[in-house]
Amino acid sequence: MRHAVVPGLVIAFWTLFASALHAYEIEGELRVGDAAADTHLRIISTTDIDLFEPLLAAFVAANPEIAIDYVVASSAEVMKAVQSGDRFDLALSSAMDLQTKLSNDGYTQPYSSAATDLVPDWGNWRDHLFAFSQETVTLVISPAAFEGLEIPQTRQDLIRLLRDHEDRFRGRIGTYDISQSGAGYLFATQDARASESYWRLSEVMGNLGTRFFCCTSEMIEKVATGEIAMAYNVLGSYAAARTDLAYGIRIVELQDYTIMMLRTAAILRDAPNPEAAGLFIDHLIRAAWGAGERDYYPFPRFPAPEGAVSATRRPIRLGPGLLVYLDGLKRRAFLSEWRDAMRW
Amino acid sequence: MSRAAQVSGSIRRRLIGQLVLGSAVLAAVLVLLVINLARNVAQDTQDSILMASVTSILDTMTVRDGEISVDLPYAALSMLGNVSEDRVFYRILADGQLLTGYDDLPDPGAPGREGGYVTAPYAETEIRMATAERRLSVGGTPIMVTVSVAQTRQGLMQTLAQVSRVGGAVGVGFFVLAALLAVLTTQSGLRPLRDLAGAVSRRGPKDLRPVKGPVPQEMAPLVTSLNSFIDRLRYSLSRSEDFIAEAAHRVRTPLFTVRTQAEIALRRVERPENRAAIKEMIRALDESSRAAGQLLDHAMVTFRTDHLEKEKVRLDELAEELVDRLRPVADLRDIGLSTQSAGNPVVQGDAVLIENALRNVLDNAIKYSATDSDVAMRIGQQGGQSFIEVRDHAGGFPEGALHRMTERFARGDNAGGTVGSGLGLTIAREVLEAHGGRLTLENKGDGACVTLWFPAS
Repeated sequence: MRHAVVPGLVIAFWTLFASALHAYEIEGELRVGDAAADTHLRIISTTDIDLFEPLLAAFVAANPEIAIDYVVASSAEVMKAVQSGDRFDLALSSAMDLQTKLSNDGYTQPYSSAATDLVPDWGNWRDHLFAFSQETVTLVISPAAFEGLEIPQTRQDLIRLLRDHEDRFRGRIGTYDISQSGAGYLFATQDARASESYWRLSEVMGNLGTRFFCCTSEMIEKVATGEIAMAYNVLGSYAAARTDLAYGIRIVELQDYTIMMLRTAAILRDAPNPEAAGLFIDHLIRAAWGAGERDYYPFPRFPAPEGAVSATRRPIRLGPGLLVYLDGLKRRAFLSEWRDAMRW
Repeated sequence: MSRAAQVSGSIRRRLIGQLVLGSAVLAAVLVLLVINLARNVAQDTQDSILMASVTSILDTMTVRDGEISVDLPYAALSMLGNVSEDRVFYRILADGQLLTGYDDLPDPGAPGREGGYVTAPYAETEIRMATAERRLSVGGTPIMVTVSVAQTRQGLMQTLAQVSRVGGAVGVGFFVLAALLAVLTTQSGLRPLRDLAGAVSRRGPKDLRPVKGPVPQEMAPLVTSLNSFIDRLRYSLSRSEDFIAEAAHRVRTPLFTVRTQAEIALRRVERPENRAAIKEMIRALDESSRAAGQLLDHAMVTFRTDHLEKEKVRLDELAEELVDRLRPVADLRDIGLSTQSAGNPVVQGDAVLIENALRNVLDNAIKYSATDSDVAMRIGQQGGQSFIEVRDHAGGFPEGALHRMTERFARGDNAGGTVGSGLGLTIAREVLEAHGGRLTLENKGDGACVTLWFPAS
């Protein structure tokens, strides 16, 4: 039956991987709670274990009859895991586009409770996807490299700065390799949608020999050591969490607009424990949107934007629009244009 | 006396029933129309958005370097997300070969130049799909590109469910209101009928005037028939009254002649058994003549009450005069007549009739009283009403017969050998009712107490 909702290409992959023991790669695994518990809630997620463990522990403390098997994988592997038919209860991911596609293609089931009403409308898609974090996509700079220069406040400022000081920044700009990183691809496509200045910026960055990275953490570390002067489109929450590097980095939210990424959670259609999964969703939502701070909640809390249009911080909108850049043709076209601009 | 009408059905119930039924049918039709309209509108809305999406994709399809290029616009899919939270699927074909999208979407059929729509099962639910085609020329070869965009129908169904709920509520509201109006309309429509029935049944027993109040057109034939029926009844009644009066009059004169002859005969006859027979004859003659007189009185009373002329009448003076006239009769049997008057009771009425009524009552009292007893009259006012009370010591009315003593020709069981026709109290009652008063009979002490009540003038 599932074949019916999976595009042709994926069917090929699916049949290929179905025979394998694991059709997907995982980066880490953690069991929280009593191994002899009645219910084992299986969660596959893109969020690092150290960041998430306190929140998991709080859930298990409140629901001792439930133990959690927490599996960490990259967003693409989360997608594969779900499509492979391995039975997880919940998929938590920062890749809003992939989550949307999972839900659109029928891999998730709806859920509603008193807690889900706390989520603002733009953070809830079809009662299938629930946002549980708002994270700004930022510019991270090395204060040392900017000595004597004004910190750019907008993309226009940044373009001007890079043009005026080509020598200082040549080879010292970092950003995602969007052909590898799902998050980087999402940020780039949303950037391109938000403003034409993205392409101008890309061309300027391409001229200066920008370096490409797979992950946020690597970029932040390189900025902290001063190897690169700045990293563009980096998750602010990750940078802020690296208190050990606080001496060498500075997080800049650009004022023309700052994209906000939402981590989303969904109960999977074939979830073995949908009730427990619902409890976990409630737990997540209360921590993210409920009144009062929880010390185990690992992400910054922002007041929900009231007038989203005028606000500088723009949450990426959940919805079928996100499917557009997942289209094979569209992706190929975007990547090629991006490579042209970045001279890669 | 009055027989209950034979009832078959009720106009009110039938009217209400038909109106309520009509409202229910109307409400149901209204709800169905609203839901149907909403369904069409919702479907048209979804179709036009789907087609807009298809068109926006088609517009980006070009031929570049001998290859078909598609630049899926962000808005093509995001606009679908703006109207509902439905799942979205799309497919782009070139000459039937998949370029991109969901390959297993259902067959669009022949979309035609304007584009086409199908509703089909897909992805374990139902989708609505819009499809349009365009011909592109690739290196001189025409290639048909087909773009389909589909959406699940959950939002549509939710909208419809909501419209149905609202429509249902409106329908129920409409029905309740209409039913309420039906009841009110029926009530007010039938009011003239009720009013007429009330007016006719409130009438006094002698009231045979035609119905004069205005009635609605539909009731005019009924009232006309009723009036003509009343006319015939009145005519026939007056004919029989006339006949009785005429008969009484004609009988009285010969009776008087026969009585005179009988008295002359009595003086001549010596033998006691013959004298007794003649005395018995005279007594019977007296009774007949008195009955004839009362029948005449009654006819007179009937006539005068039909054409009642009211003037001021002083009850005490009227009573005094009557007592003066009756005193010789009373004195014959040593019966004392006394009047006692308080206040100054004046009533509006026909003095002749009132005198006649009082005379009948006094006659009765004197007739039934034993020799050497008293008949006392009291005239006064009580609670705004004027009254004349006549009391005797003749043993009173038979118990249990009080209520029918004023019916025509009813006589007490104790009437025995007393001369009478049984019309006296009837006459008195009819006179008082014609004046808007009443006659009350009761037993007090060792005698009867008859009171003539007149309304406040």
